[in-house]
Amino acid sequence: MDLNYSPEELAFRDEVRGWLKDNLPDDLRRKGADGEHYTKDDLLRWHKILAKKGWVAPAWPQEWGGPGWDVTRRFIFEEECGLSGTPPIVAFGIVMCGQVLLKFGSDAQKKRHLPGIYNGDVFWVQGYSEPGSGSDLASLKTRAERRGDHYVVNGQKIWTTLGQYGDWIFCLVRTDAAAKKQEGISFLLIDMKTPGITVRPLILMDGGHEVNEVFFDDVKVPVENLVHEEGKGWTVAKYLLGHERLNTGRIGASKRELARLKAYAAKQLDGAGRRLIDDPRFRDRLTRVEVELMALEVTNLRFLDAMRGGRPPGAEVSMLKIRGTEIQQALTELAMQAAGPMAAPFRPAGRAGAVPFDAVTAGLAPRYANYRKTSIYAGSNEIQRNIIAKATLGL
Amino acid sequence: MEFDLSEEQRLLSESIGRYLNDQYDFDKRKAIVQSERGASDAVWRQLAEMGVLAIPLSEAAGGFGGGAVDLMSAMQAIGSALVVEPILPTVLAARLVDRAGSAAQKAEILPAVADGSQRAAFAHTEDGARYALAHVGLTARRTGDGWVLDGTKRVVAGAPLADLLVVSARTAGNAGSAEGISLFLVAAGADGVSMTGYRTIDNQRAADIAFSGVAVRADAMLGAEGKALPVIEEAVDFATALLCAEAVGAMQFANDTTLEYLKTRKQFGVPIGTFQVLQHRMVEMFVTAEQSRSISYLACSKVDTATDAADRARVVSAAKIKIADACRQISQESIQLHGGMGMTEEMKVSHTFRRLTMIAQQFGDADHHLGRFAALDG
Repeated sequence: MDLNYSPEELAFRDEVRGWLKDNLPDDLRRKGADGEHYTKDDLLRWHKILAKKGWVAPAWPQEWGGPGWDVTRRFIFEEECGLSGTPPIVAFGIVMCGQVLLKFGSDAQKKRHLPGIYNGDVFWVQGYSEPGSGSDLASLKTRAERRGDHYVVNGQKIWTTLGQYGDWIFCLVRTDAAAKKQEGISFLLIDMKTPGITVRPLILMDGGHEVNEVFFDDVKVPVENLVHEEGKGWTVAKYLLGHERLNTGRIGASKRELARLKAYAAKQLDGAGRRLIDDPRFRDRLTRVEVELMALEVTNLRFLDAMRGGRPPGAEVSMLKIRGTEIQQALTELAMQAAGPMAAPFRPAGRAGAVPFDAVTAGLAPRYANYRKTSIYAGSNEIQRNIIAKATLGL
Repeated sequence: MEFDLSEEQRLLSESIGRYLNDQYDFDKRKAIVQSERGASDAVWRQLAEMGVLAIPLSEAAGGFGGGAVDLMSAMQAIGSALVVEPILPTVLAARLVDRAGSAAQKAEILPAVADGSQRAAFAHTEDGARYALAHVGLTARRTGDGWVLDGTKRVVAGAPLADLLVVSARTAGNAGSAEGISLFLVAAGADGVSMTGYRTIDNQRAADIAFSGVAVRADAMLGAEGKALPVIEEAVDFATALLCAEAVGAMQFANDTTLEYLKTRKQFGVPIGTFQVLQHRMVEMFVTAEQSRSISYLACSKVDTATDAADRARVVSAAKIKIADACRQISQESIQLHGGMGMTEEMKVSHTFRRLTMIAQQFGDADHHLGRFAALDG
C-alpha cells in the first residue's frame, strides 16, 4: 500500500495544474473567488475551453471524446479543478444525460445528442422532482400519453436547477398509470422550446435564482425521444444515481474552501489584536472539519481504487455524499461565523456591482444559507443513510 | 497510489487473523486476563514467530526493516481480538533502541526482542505531564563512570511483563524543556527499581515505577546526551499510527457485533434493526469506522515516508483526533444499541468499549492533538 501518487500521476497533476493556471479566464477565476453565481455564458465558455482541450468529459469512452483517463486521473482532474476554482462542468449534460445515452441510448440518439453535449452547444437540465415527489421520487405524477408518433406530456417538475438556461430537459414521466409505481415510469428527452413548457423561477433564501418550477401543458414529444424502453425509466434513473456523483465528495473544492477560510480567519482580529484562527474554540472546530476532509480524501481514493477493475459504484457514493456535504456545510458555516458582525450586510447572490463592503465577506452568509441545500439535494442525507442501511449493512 | 497489500503484508494479515480467530477467542482471552501474569507466553512466542516484533526493526538489528504499513493489518487483528499481550509497548521501546542505540546496544537487545525472548517497555509518563513528551522530571546524575537515576514513572504500559525498561531522564534543564532529556536502558530487576504493577481498565498490565538511586553504567545511555526528545517524538508518532490501526480493528469488531445484534434482537415482535432511528445510528458508526480506516492508512503511510518531522507529526495528530472522536462515538453507541446486555462483563463488546475508551486517550486525546495540530499548522 502506498498513499503517495506515482511519478506518472504527479506529472499528470502538474500538467493539469499548469494548464488550468494558463487557461482559466481571469473573470471566471474572480467570480469563483468571490462566490458569485455563474451566468449561462460563463458556464458554457468554460465548457467549450475544456471541450477544445479534450478534457470536458473525463468519464466518457474515447470513441466519443473522452480522454481515456483511469479513475485516479479523473479524481486528480476533479481535485485540481476544485483547487483552481474553475466553474463546474454542469453535471446534467456530460455526467448525467451523456452517461445515460452512452449506456441506454439508441445509435440515432447518441449521434444526435452526444456531440451537442460534448461541445456545450446544448444546455441540458434535469426534470426529476415534483411537488409531491421528493424523497419518494417514484411516486411522480407527470404523465406522458402515447398518441401516434408522439407523447403528450402534462404535469409539473420542481427544483429544476438552472432550468432557466435549459435548451433540453431529460425527464422521468409516467407512461403507464396502471402499472406498479416504478414500472410505469419512462425516461424522456424534451426540447424546452416545445410549445406548452413554462419555466417559473424559485428564488432561494440567498436571493439567488438557481432552481425553477417547470410546467408541462400538452407538450408534444416525438416517440424517438424515449430512452431505453417504455416503462424502464426507473432502471435508467437508478443507473444514473450510481454514476451521478463519484465526485460527490467534492474534495478539491472543499480543500480550496478550507484554505480560503484559514486565510480569512487569519485576518480577522478581535479587539485585543488576536487572530481568530488562534482562538482555540474556533480553531478546534476548524481542525475537526479539516481532519474529516483528510480522511474523506483517502476514503474517496479507496473507493476509486476498488473500482479500477470496472466494478460499478455502490452505496459508497452515499457515504461520500453524506460526509462530503457535511464538510461543505461546516466550512460555509465557519466562514460566515468568521465574518462576525460583518456577515450581516446583504448582497443578493448572483448580482455583482458596487457594494459598500468587500465582496468576499458579503458572500459568506448567502453562501451559508445556500449550502443548506447540499444535504437535501441529490437524495437527502437521510435517504443516503437508508441506502447504506439496506444495501451495505443489510438492515 | 496503491491500496492493495503486498504479498508479505497479506500473508501476515491472514496468518495472524487465523491464529487469533482460532487461539484467542473471547473465552481464551478471559482466561489469560484472569491469570496471575495477565498475559500468555505462548501467545507472545507465536506472535513473535509470525514476525510481528521483528517486522518494524531495521535489518541491521535483526529485523525485517518494515514500517507501520507492514504492521497495520496485524494491529487491526490485535485490536479486533483485544490482545492483551504488550505488543505495542514493546514495539515502541524497541524502536527507541533501534533509532537511538549504538551498534553494540542494538546487537545486544534487538535480536532478543525480535524473537520474543525479551520484552521491553518505555518508562516515560510522569505525574503532572499529561501528554507533554518534554515533561521529564526523573533525574539522571553523572557519577564516576556512570549515572544514577531518581524519580517516578507512572502508568508504564507493559512494564510488569518487561525485562528491559527504556527510561527517559533529565540530564540537564528543567521538566518541560526540550533540551536535556536522555534515554537509559535499565533492567527491570535492577537494584533500586521498585515496580507496582496493576491491571488497567481495559485488562492490560501497567505499572508505576519508582527509581531510587538506580546506578547504571555509562554505556546504558541510549543515543546522545540531552538530545532524546526528537527520538521520543518520532517513536511515539510511530506507535500512535499503529495504535490508530489497532483502534480500527476494535471499531470493526464493535460495529460487526452491534450490527449482528440489531438483526437478531427482537422487540415489539420485530428485529430492532428494522427501526430507522437505530439504522441511521448504525450507518453513522459504519461511516465513522470507514473514515477512521482511511486516516489510519494515512498516518501509517506518513510515518513510513515523511522526511520532515513537522509533516509527520501533523498527520499523526490529525489521525489521532479522528480516531479519538471515533473511539468515543463507536464505543458508546455500540453499548447503547446493545441495551443492558452491552453493559455486562460477559459480552465482549463491553471489553471493546473499555479498550476503545483507553485508546482514545493513549498518546494524547483529541484535545491534545487539536492543540498540536494547530501549532504545527501555523
